[in-house]
Amino acid sequence: MSAVVDEHDHHADDHHDHGPAKGLLRWVITTNHKDIGTLYLLFALAMFFVGGTMAMVIRAELFEPGLQFVDPAFFNSMTTMHALVMVFGAVMPAFVGLANWQIPLMIGAADMALPRMNNMSFWMLVAGVLLLASTLFMEGGAPNGGWTLYPPLVLQPITVGKALPFAIFSVHLLGISSIMGAINIIATIFNMRAPSMKMMDMPLFVWTWLITAFLLIAVMPVFAGAVTMLLTDKFFHTSFFNAAGGGDPVLYEHIFWFFGHPEVYIMILPTFGVASTIIPVFARKPLFGYASMVWATASIAFLSFIVWAHHMFTVGMPIAGELYFMYATMIIAVPTGVKVFNWTATMWKGAMTFETPMLFSIAFVVLFTMGGFTGLMMSIAPADFQYHDTYFIVAHFHYTLVPASVFILMAAGYFWMPKWTGNMYNEKIGQLHFWLSVISVNILFFPQHFLGLAGMPRRIPDYAVQFADWNMISSIGGFIFGASQLLFLYIVIDTIRGGTGEKVTDEVWEDAAKHSLEWTLPTPLPYHTWTTPPTVVPTEHVLDSH
Amino acid sequence: MIDSVDKKNRNLVRKLVLVAVLMFGFGYALVPLYDVLCEWKWIERDRPDDIKQVPEIAYTVNRDREVNVEFLTVLNESTDMTFRAETKQIKVHPGQYYTVNFYAENKTDKPMLARAIASFTPAVISRYFEKIECFCFSEQTFKPREAKTLPMRFVINPEIPEEYKTITLSYTFFDNTEKSVKK
Repeated sequence: MSAVVDEHDHHADDHHDHGPAKGLLRWVITTNHKDIGTLYLLFALAMFFVGGTMAMVIRAELFEPGLQFVDPAFFNSMTTMHALVMVFGAVMPAFVGLANWQIPLMIGAADMALPRMNNMSFWMLVAGVLLLASTLFMEGGAPNGGWTLYPPLVLQPITVGKALPFAIFSVHLLGISSIMGAINIIATIFNMRAPSMKMMDMPLFVWTWLITAFLLIAVMPVFAGAVTMLLTDKFFHTSFFNAAGGGDPVLYEHIFWFFGHPEVYIMILPTFGVASTIIPVFARKPLFGYASMVWATASIAFLSFIVWAHHMFTVGMPIAGELYFMYATMIIAVPTGVKVFNWTATMWKGAMTFETPMLFSIAFVVLFTMGGFTGLMMSIAPADFQYHDTYFIVAHFHYTLVPASVFILMAAGYFWMPKWTGNMYNEKIGQLHFWLSVISVNILFFPQHFLGLAGMPRRIPDYAVQFADWNMISSIGGFIFGASQLLFLYIVIDTIRGGTGEKVTDEVWEDAAKHSLEWTLPTPLPYHTWTTPPTVVPTEHVLDSH
Repeated sequence: MIDSVDKKNRNLVRKLVLVAVLMFGFGYALVPLYDVLCEWKWIERDRPDDIKQVPEIAYTVNRDREVNVEFLTVLNESTDMTFRAETKQIKVHPGQYYTVNFYAENKTDKPMLARAIASFTPAVISRYFEKIECFCFSEQTFKPREAKTLPMRFVINPEIPEEYKTITLSYTFFDNTEKSVKK
């Protein structure tokens, strides 16, 4: 990547080192935001394939009714670990990686505010994920009570073996890592911004990450607290969730979802930010409704704190509670609708071209909206009793995560990799990757809506024969989707190693420099950038708010 | 310039770490908060584990109505006991008092401290199910191999809505010996 590029800005700071350290140790001790961003992204990519392999095991077992390949306990370990690995090992770190690369570039900062803490949060993440993965090899297997770790199930010896304390400590590490990352991002955005850049000049990716970082600081500690209570209930004879000691397992669900609902927005808000960055470039228009995008993001973040119990409609709640959580949840559709409207309006009458990042972004807008609609269906408390814990909810959240967050992460890769590496990716293979992905992801997840409505429960290795056909179709879609992602792996490696050999301009994409600061820098990016902050910041993306 | 940014960073980090620590505490604060909120009248949470003792008052007995009350007994895996209801089900008139007996036996050679937790189906019914005397009000001590007959005296409030014809009351015995010793 940028390893061979030397810093020319020798007059900058004497105590600054001028290039990357030599050898592999560079990656261990680095405090450079670009190196750490790369580490995060590559780690996330690796975990995407680990979690993906688990998904393949799940889909293989569900290919036909009956038990084929794995025993039920291992199957349940797979669903639990797939979720934990994808959420905490793939999607969240990938966005932190993007933040590391892009936020300093976009706001004209030389690096993150706290570079050493940045290094530490990455390696703590690795430790946390390895600890989690180690439970796979323990007596009794990995946790298999579902990623939500509900008591009393998760506390019963039969479902956890020896893994529970390791999984909990791993959650602690992952939590501390993301809190440190979030603190770093907030400090960077507040204190390191180019003096000429006002808050309302910041690109939306920066805005969405700022808000996400606040969400992380607010809810990761709550989750850490909840799992600590599980730990003390299991080993230190407390009774937070133990009915025999006066506790209540439903309390865990409240605490968990107080974390869990903001958590799902932690995975989607930066997605919105990237989409709002890519779409204007390929529509060759400023983003429509910049200010409303900022406010919509902030209101979604606020609302995420007051809707948690819509995950628990069937658990038992007073009628007033069901009604409140139902209406509060529906309100989220308003700011989300504003966003979808703005993306569409940005494309409206734009001089659009359809390079791979744009294709993924458009697919995101369409498919995320579908995931949003099923979310609206489930917000209706009485209807939710039919959908709860069926494949309908599985289809819903996979639509909001796979063709939304994951697609946008892919789009971000295609969009910025040429800038980061100085090499162009292979557009033909990129488009092939897109079309295979977008078709197979729908074959994979769309039938799951039907399965759920017909009553197929989630988290089971075997099912009634009436569900056989759609499961087989879904599995076939899953295998094609899984295999297609190898194309992405190929493209990433190929681009790092030289890509098509085509000369990449500083802007990479036509007129991109009008939209955001990073495109005004030389390609490939030098190891150190913005040692002197930029004096002029592009504001075309915020034109209509000025 | 660099120094002032460092200082600003340090201040901000301090504040943000404080927020994180406070939020960790907030997670724990939700525990008492949950209990307080659940006591609020308008929330009307029907606690299935309701253990409140009610004084015996004379109701007008509704002879025209019969409600079927079923008793279930459950032992969780770690409780080494025999536990059964001597009356499996009983037809009762709202307003009239009844006493039913349960049988519990400690199958271990050690003293045992056990706690029975009740659960109602349908849950809303717990409001109308008034217990005057119950082994579930407090922890029960068992000597090694001791067997006991445990009475429960109850009345169904005559205000119980018409649509409830069957009530299932389930008791689960939890072995609390270890917990109590540790305390």
